[in-house]
Formats: sequence, C-alpha cells, structure tokens
Amino acid sequence: MQAVIAVILGIFGTAFFGLLFQWVDRLVTARIQWRKGPPIYQPLADILKLLGKETVVSERASVGWFLLAPVLGFTGVCVAACILWAALLNPQPDSGFVGDLIVVVYFLIFPSLALILGASASGNPYAAVGASREMKLVIAYELPFILAMVPPILKANLSLKLTDIVQAQSDGVTLASVGGFLAFLCMLAAVQAKLGVVPFDQAEAETELTGGAIVEYSGPALAMIRLTRGMLLFLLPLFVITVFWGGVHFSGWGWLTSPLKFIVLLVVIVLMRNTSPRLRIDQAMRFFWFIVGPIAVAAAFISVYHHGML
Amino acid sequence: MAHRTLIPIGPYHPLQEEAEFFQLYVEGETVVDMDMRTSYNHRGIEGISMKRTWDQVPYVVERVCGICSASHPLAYVQAVEELAGAEVPERALYLRTIINELERIHSHLLWFGLAGHFIGFNTVFMWAWRYREPCLDALEIVTGSRVNYANHTIGGSRKDLTPEMVKAIRRNMDEIDGPLDMFITTCLEDPVLAVRLKNVGVLTEEAARRFGALGPTARASNIPIDVRRDDPYAAYDRLDWDVITCANGDVFDKVVVRLLEVKEAIKIIRQALDDLPEGPIQTPVKEVPPGEGVGHVEAPRGETFHFVKSNGGPRPERHKIRAPSFNNVPTFKASCIGQPIADVTITLAAVDPCYSCTERMLVARDASTGKELMTLSDLVRLSQQKTEEIRKNI
Repeated sequence: MQAVIAVILGIFGTAFFGLLFQWVDRLVTARIQWRKGPPIYQPLADILKLLGKETVVSERASVGWFLLAPVLGFTGVCVAACILWAALLNPQPDSGFVGDLIVVVYFLIFPSLALILGASASGNPYAAVGASREMKLVIAYELPFILAMVPPILKANLSLKLTDIVQAQSDGVTLASVGGFLAFLCMLAAVQAKLGVVPFDQAEAETELTGGAIVEYSGPALAMIRLTRGMLLFLLPLFVITVFWGGVHFSGWGWLTSPLKFIVLLVVIVLMRNTSPRLRIDQAMRFFWFIVGPIAVAAAFISVYHHGML
Repeated sequence: MAHRTLIPIGPYHPLQEEAEFFQLYVEGETVVDMDMRTSYNHRGIEGISMKRTWDQVPYVVERVCGICSASHPLAYVQAVEELAGAEVPERALYLRTIINELERIHSHLLWFGLAGHFIGFNTVFMWAWRYREPCLDALEIVTGSRVNYANHTIGGSRKDLTPEMVKAIRRNMDEIDGPLDMFITTCLEDPVLAVRLKNVGVLTEEAARRFGALGPTARASNIPIDVRRDDPYAAYDRLDWDVITCANGDVFDKVVVRLLEVKEAIKIIRQALDDLPEGPIQTPVKEVPPGEGVGHVEAPRGETFHFVKSNGGPRPERHKIRAPSFNNVPTFKASCIGQPIADVTITLAAVDPCYSCTERMLVARDASTGKELMTLSDLVRLSQQKTEEIRKNI
C-alpha cells in the first residue's frame, strides 16, 4: 500500500510541486526584471497547450530514438522521485533498499542523457552542437556531484541508504559541518547545471543555437520535456535537502521548516540564474573541473578526517 | 581534417530581429570560416526619395532605420542646406543637438540590453530597457513621438522647446543618470561578465582601419574618430565633451565605450539645455539651386553619410545614403574567425549591426562586356515560361 502511495505521490506530487516551482521561478524572475509575470496556472497551461499540438518530426531524424528520448528522461525523473518520496514517507531504517542513494543519482542523470540522445537523433545541426555541449557539461559536473555525496555518506556511517542518511542527521545536519557545507556548495553549482539554467544553459542557448538540443521538439514530446524540467526543479532541491539538510518532516516545526528549506534553495537557484550571463562551454567545464571539483575533493577529505578515518 | 559543419545564423534567427544570413563553417565549436548575406528586404529608399520633393525626403529617410531616425534626416538636411547655402538659426542647432544625443542614449541603452540578452543575461536586457524609457519619454516630449521624430527640416527644426519641456528633459536625464552609473560599475566589476566579454572578438586597430570601421566600433579599437568633433555640425563645437576611446577592441571595450558615451550624451544635453539661445528655429529655404551637397552625422553606430544632387528642380536628382553598418558589419572577417560559436553571436552583435541600413541591390554584370546578365524583364520572362510549362503538364 505504501509503495502505491509513494508512486502516486512521487509522480503526481512531484509534477504538481514542479509546476508550482516553475511558476515561482517565472514570477520571481519577472519581478526582478520589472515585468509582471505569469498567473499561477501558466506552467500547466503551457503543457496542456503543447499536448494539443502536432508533433513534427524532421525527415532527417531517426524517429524511434527521437521520440523515445523524452519518455526516457521523464521515466528517469519519475523513478528517482518515487524512491525519494518513499524514503520521505517512511523514514524507518527497515524501509527502502541498500544503495538506493546510488540508484537515485543514476536516475537523475537520465534527463541529461535523454536530451543528448534526442538531440543527436533529431538530425539538426543546432541540436548536434547542443548535444555535444550537454555531453561536455555532464562530464564536467557529474564528478563533483558524486564527490559531494561523500560527506553525507560518511555521516551515515558509510551507509548508502537514503533513510539512514536522513536518520543520521537527526542530531545535526550534514550541512552544519565544514566538509558538508563545502560539498553543499558544490552540489548547488551542479544542480544549476543539471537544471540547464543560466549560467549553464549552453545546450539550449536560445540566442546562439535557437534552443539547441530541443530545437526540433514540438507538441506532446516538448510538453514531456517541459514537465521533466519542472519536476527536476522540485526534485533536485528535494534531493539536496534529503542528503544535506535533514530531509523533510511533517510534524511540529517540520511544517514550517520543510517548506522554508525549499524556498531558500529555490531563491538561490532563481537568483543565480538572474544575476549572471551564460558561460561559454569551455569556461563552464573549467569552472567545474578546476574550481568545483577541487572543492568537492577537499570537502571529501575534510569529512574523512572529521570522522576519524584518516 | 576535422569534420566541418555549417551553422546558419539566419535568414530568420532569434539572435537578431532583422533578415540577415551568416554562414558559420564550424569545426567542433570553432568557427573556421564565415560568410554573410543581407538584402533580403530591399526597400529602395534612395529611389523613393528621388521621387519626393525636397522637404518630403526627411520623412522618408528617417525610416531607413527605426533607431537612427534623427541622424539620417539630419545628414540629409545638412546636405541640402550646404547645397542651398542656408544659415540655420542658432536655436535650431541646439535643438538638433539635443534630439540627436537623446537618440544616442536610447540607441546605446537598447544595444546594451540586447547584448545582455545575447549572452543569456536577461536581467540586464530588461533593466537597460526599463531605464531607456525616460529617454524615449523625453523624445516624445520634445518631438511628439517615440520613434520617427520628424523634427529636422531643411533650414531649421520643426518644433520648439518650451520651458516646461526643458524641465521635463532635465528630470528624465536625472532619472537615467543614477542607473547608468550602476550599469557602468556592474559592467566594469562583474567577474562573470569580464570572463565572458574580455578578449572576445578582438578587432585590432589595424584591422579596424583596414575595414574602415566607424563609430563606437572604431573607437573601441583605439581610433578616435568622431564626426561631431572632426567636422562639427549642429552645436557640438560650442559644447564641452570628450571622444571616448578604449584600447583593446574586444567586446568588453565596445560595451564600455557605449556606456561612457551615454554618459557624455547626458552631459551634452544638459549643457545644451543650459545654453539654449533664444530666437527663431527656422530659416525659410525657397529653392535648391543645381549642384551637389554632402552631409554627415555621427549616428549612434558611426558616421552616416548623405549625398544629394540637384538639377534645380523640386526633387533630388540623385540621393545616396551610406549608413555606418555598411562599414562595420564586414569587420566580422577580422574579429570572428577562430572564435567559438558562443562568442561569435556576441561579437557579431557588438558592432550594433543595422541590416536595414545596409541593404543593397545586386546587379550581375558580365565582366568583359559590362552587360547586365539578368534584368527584371528577363526574370519576368523566366517566370512566365515556367508558368506555361506547368500549365501544359496539368
């Protein structure tokens, strides 16, 4: 029964909050830019409108892969969402399975891989450049992203279970330690890149590549990509909160603090995207390899030292 | 050899709102060769203006470009005034200066916003355009319109300033001044912007001279040319202002030059409002004698040049326009090749290209005989032939 609830909440809850977050993102962005911003139902209206449109497939595209890619990305996000929600709803040590953290991390790469796949299959030169940029970006941010997991895992006594990680933070969140905080910062940078928003939106780069990786998509396929993006906008903060910030609780102060954590993360994402220009792809890679990467390594070593394993 | 792909920018591309076509030959992310085409939208303005009377032409030429709609008429009326030997009243000269500097402010802020948009910095886009509004309002107060001011007439200016208008312009300038300082500091100090724009799309001084670059494009490459100072018109020689130059010729310098020029423009407008002499704003010009006249004006993008030829009749016998983008756009050959795609877009945009000014007709001639290879009647005949063939096959 609990599994069914987790699946329903995982997909529909994530979609609901994702679209809500997308609206907040668009509204805050608009207000920063002296605009009025859309009404609350706009993200949903966009998707419903796209669902009613025709899906045009270019003659040069390999149709199967082109149309399968958005589905793959969407599936990846849904599975990751279900596992995370299951761990949240039932934070007992016996729930979940060993190594679900790794599974979530893997499924979170799905949308990026699907984007590369779909873009390469579309046969469009803009999309080809977009795909190559997305590929470089994935290579750049995945390593710091995974290294940033080291402090939480150490804190949970080398457990790779989400519930253990949440439990281990009941006496103080991972974020509160030096290593944890550094890793958290690396995580924020990687989240920005995973979301594909400025300064890491090179794969789409409207003014350079007219939409790059997603230039050929239209209709329901594009709606699915948009929905995946929206879900990621909720899911990635949820993941960061689970791993670094004590998870989400719905009892007592939890009703207040849990939404607050989301708001803080969302504000950081929105502000970052509105106060910086798009980096060039080589600058983005250099940023992740030579700045974020070493910080993540340092964070890992500090945590290892902190937990007396060195 | 590495795999070479063609990335098209245009004919319709969200990068720029006009029809232009850049062909980027790309190896990986690096542009190894480039080609461009314009003239998708030739309007034959010179031809139209030769069918209008002398005093109708300013309203035609201000539609050459929606942004330079004070510079083109001014260059034209100066050409005609030179031809007719008209003495323009002092007050009209000051009014012309004020309107042309207001135009410079709005054009440069517009470009600054677009430049932000091109590098994905939409906050800059919206902020620059928001603070461009007071300038457009000032233009509306002065001329009655936000674009196409229709204010320069042969021998003077159409609309006079009242003391209330002067006060309103001052107020609007004060409104721009503060945010402008903020833009300049942000631009000079923001580390990400510096990484993104410094040493990008460098146009060396030598290359800028070779391509005959004009306006801010040349001044960013350390060439201090400015028609306002080199051959003063309107009231520029009576006012105190500087020609802004930068040394490196990269996109960053082009941003800095333009922002500082806005600052100078505000300074010029304030002085012109202070010194505004009393008197008439129009001398009557009865007829235009036969002869030739040229007028040039420092438009926001550089020198715009008008040539008129009169045979003593009611309309120009020949009217030739050379807008600054015609010189500035080809500099991409020197600044873009070898750059990654991501930098090419901003480098192309950094000259503030205006394709509507650059449209030209192309006539193909046989090199040896000098005969036109394909005339309009040939094209019509070809088209009719094809229709016939299709009809037969139905």
